[in-house]
Amino acid sequence: MENRSLIQRLIARPEFGPFVLLVVEIAVFWSINPSFLSPQNISNTLAFTVELGLIALAMTLLMTSGEFDLSVGSVFGFSPVLMWTLFNSGVTSLEMGFLIALVVAAFIGLVNGWFVTQLKIPSFLVTLGMLLVVRGTALFVTDGFPQRTWSAEGSWLAEVLVGDFFIGPFRIYMSLFWFIAAAIALGYVLTQSRTGNWIQAAGGNPNAARARGVNVSGVKIGLFILSSLMASLAGVISSLRTSAANPNSGTGYELEVIAMVVIGGTALTGGRGTIIGTVLGILILRVMRNGIVLIGVPGLAYNIFIGAIILGMMALHSWLERRHQAGT
Amino acid sequence: MAEPLVRMENIRKSYGRVQALVDANFHVNEREIVGLLGDNGAGKSTLIKVLSGAVPLTSGDIFIRGKKVDFRSTSDAIAHGIETIYQDSALVTQLSIARNLFLGREPIKPPRFLNRMDQEAMNVVARDLLKQVGISKNIPPTTPIGSLSGGERQAVAIARAMHFDSDLIILDEPTNNLGVAETQGVLSFVRSARDSGHSCIFIAHNIHHVFQVVDRIVVMRRGKVVADDIDPKTTNVAEVERIITGMSDKEIRDAIADGKHSGA
Repeated sequence: MENRSLIQRLIARPEFGPFVLLVVEIAVFWSINPSFLSPQNISNTLAFTVELGLIALAMTLLMTSGEFDLSVGSVFGFSPVLMWTLFNSGVTSLEMGFLIALVVAAFIGLVNGWFVTQLKIPSFLVTLGMLLVVRGTALFVTDGFPQRTWSAEGSWLAEVLVGDFFIGPFRIYMSLFWFIAAAIALGYVLTQSRTGNWIQAAGGNPNAARARGVNVSGVKIGLFILSSLMASLAGVISSLRTSAANPNSGTGYELEVIAMVVIGGTALTGGRGTIIGTVLGILILRVMRNGIVLIGVPGLAYNIFIGAIILGMMALHSWLERRHQAGT
Repeated sequence: MAEPLVRMENIRKSYGRVQALVDANFHVNEREIVGLLGDNGAGKSTLIKVLSGAVPLTSGDIFIRGKKVDFRSTSDAIAHGIETIYQDSALVTQLSIARNLFLGREPIKPPRFLNRMDQEAMNVVARDLLKQVGISKNIPPTTPIGSLSGGERQAVAIARAMHFDSDLIILDEPTNNLGVAETQGVLSFVRSARDSGHSCIFIAHNIHHVFQVVDRIVVMRRGKVVADDIDPKTTNVAEVERIITGMSDKEIRDAIADGKHSGA
């Protein structure tokens, strides 16, 4: 096994398939429409990519532990609504509103985790219920109307989260750095830290992990909280960047995020996850959404491509997994 | 006589109206391999589950080196030096050998707040341990458990128990579904565990495997220990089978002829 060549080992990595797909995708879009790689298009694509990406990073860890969270899209919509409602009604400052939104998101994650680990209800059902509760709350408190958001000008919170500047012709948002920092930190946690070993064990064989004294429930609850916090942060960043807080925003994001994670090579069944793969998965889907519009394919056809990519990547991952199990 | 490593006294365990264990008495001495035999439903598994903390006992006492203990979970039993190895269930197939060996007790590299596993140290120890339990092939410690054979997985589980100084290693059907060579491998891992000072309880359906490796045989029937001092050197397989089934030679022959005896 140690004698395998470097190339063979690279090909066997779960990130290899997504990497090739991303390169092919970029090459095809660029060859059809060179403005695909224009600084303006890259800047625009990156700005939104990192917002969904933040959720996908946390979801990678959660899915590695064998669970997933369908409530992230609704938390993405609810958190900015809560923050702006508190601020606009004069109850708190914007920063304090942000902090309260994070605490509420953490509580939502805690409740998800508690239902899943203590009442042993599958995360699919728990987080589906939570999705409806949170989305319903957002719609109820706002009467379904977007919140007023134009008063964020000059707030240090807005500067820190979504302040923008130019590097050459590229317009870069601060959120990109938050995303890179989160990717490095969570990649480190998953592969280098002892917590990462517990996360993988919790998803791979929870009974074995428990028998070794690993607090499987604690690990999972922690990851549900992380997932909610990241969704909340992403929602606030998106709201500040677009100057909008719509109670319906984030609808359908949960499935797109889960698609990003599995395309990257994380197992839906738990036990195996990769942050590098998720970053590639995030780019694959966002580049696809942007690219098919630029090359003239109707935007409504987007889902056809996404569905095909998911099926293709799943087939590839399952083939690699079988080869891996066979020890070849 | 010296106090045994583990002593279980008058153990009762009932599931509703079903009495799985009825005043079972059982002990394991230091550096001893005990073969635990019995037909299906005799209570072997329940006894082991009680001893490994997986199920609570209804009444009775467990002593370790004479000191009474109370196991509420498998982690309690592990903390008291009792490690149970179930086939396939004790390891995480997606993780490497080294990561499995240290699961829950990963060494940390300074500075501690970074919570970083010392993977080099884990690999060095793992390589050593694999050699110690006698895995002959050169398997790197970074290999995922999923690509190991059944016998190799048993070896990894035994190596883990030995490394963390479990006093008592319980092996539940360790030779099931294994080929001849692999079975011999597992039996030799068990001997090497004893030789390095550990005690073992060995449960297997195949009596011949038990005879090859144990120092003493204990037989259970209908929730009770019916014989606890059978010396495999002076007793033959047929006699033990008779004790397991509770039948005489003639009864066994008649049962086989009638097709009533399951042979299990």
